[in-house]
Amino acid sequence: MLNLLFFYFAAVIVISALFVIIKRNAFHSAIALLVTLIHIAGIFVLLNSEFLAAVQILVYAGAILVMIIFVLMFLNVTQRYRMFNRQKFIAFLMGIILVGEVLYIISVSAIKGPKGGFNIAKIMSEGNTQAIGRILYTEYLFPFEVASLILLVAMIGAIVLAKKELQ
Amino acid sequence: MIPLHYYLILAAILFIIGMVGVLVRRNFLTVLMSIELMLNAVNINFVAFAHYMDSMTGRIYVFFIMTVAAAEAAIGLAILISAYRNTGTTFVDEISSLKG
Repeated sequence: MLNLLFFYFAAVIVISALFVIIKRNAFHSAIALLVTLIHIAGIFVLLNSEFLAAVQILVYAGAILVMIIFVLMFLNVTQRYRMFNRQKFIAFLMGIILVGEVLYIISVSAIKGPKGGFNIAKIMSEGNTQAIGRILYTEYLFPFEVASLILLVAMIGAIVLAKKELQ
Repeated sequence: MIPLHYYLILAAILFIIGMVGVLVRRNFLTVLMSIELMLNAVNINFVAFAHYMDSMTGRIYVFFIMTVAAAEAAIGLAILISAYRNTGTTFVDEISSLKG
C-alpha cells in the first residue's frame, strides 16, 4: 500500500513537473506547479513529517504560488511567442545525460552514517509538531532569528523594487 | 518499507527537470517556477535523509529553505515587475541592456 502511494505521488510529481516546463501558457505552468507541490506534501506525509506537509501546502501552494499567479495576471503575457531559448537542444540533451549519470551514481552508492535519536516511535510519542518546535526553539534558535531577518529584508526589498517612482 | 534510493532518484529527476526548465524557457515567470521545482527537490532529499537516519535536523533545514524560497520568489517577482515596467518584456533573452 505504501509502495503504491509512493509510486502514485512520484509519477504525478514527475509528470506535472514536466508540464511546468513544456506548457506554453504560463498559467497552465502555474497550475501544474500547484499539482507538483501538493503531491510533494504527500511525499512528506509518507516520510513521517506531517507538520512539514502542512507547511508545504500553506507556504508554497498558499503564498508563493498565489504571488506568482497574481504577477502573471498583472503582467498580461501574450500567448504567441517563442517558448524556448536557442540552447534548448543542448540543454535537453544535457538533462538526459545528467539523469543517467545521477541514476548510476545513486544506484552504486551505499548510504550509511551514524543515526540520530529521533526514530519513528519517539516522534510518535512526542508528536511531530512538538518535536520540530522543541528543536527549532532550542538548538536552532539563532538560525531561526536569521530567517526572520531574511524575511524582513525580502519584504522591504520587494516593496522598494516594485513601487512606482514618486515624482 | 520504501528504500531511500527511490526518494533520492525522485528528487534527482525533479531537480534536473527544474534545471532544464531554467536553461530552456524564455519566460521569466516560468524560470522562477523551475527554481521552485529545484528547491523542492532539495527539500525531498532533506526529509528523506532525516527520516531514514532518524534525525530531526533535515526537517528543520526544510523550514529555512522554505524561508529562502519565499524571499527569493518575492524579490524575483519584484525584479520582474520592475524590469517589465522599464523594458516592456518578460523574456530573459530580450532583457540584455548590460550586454553592450
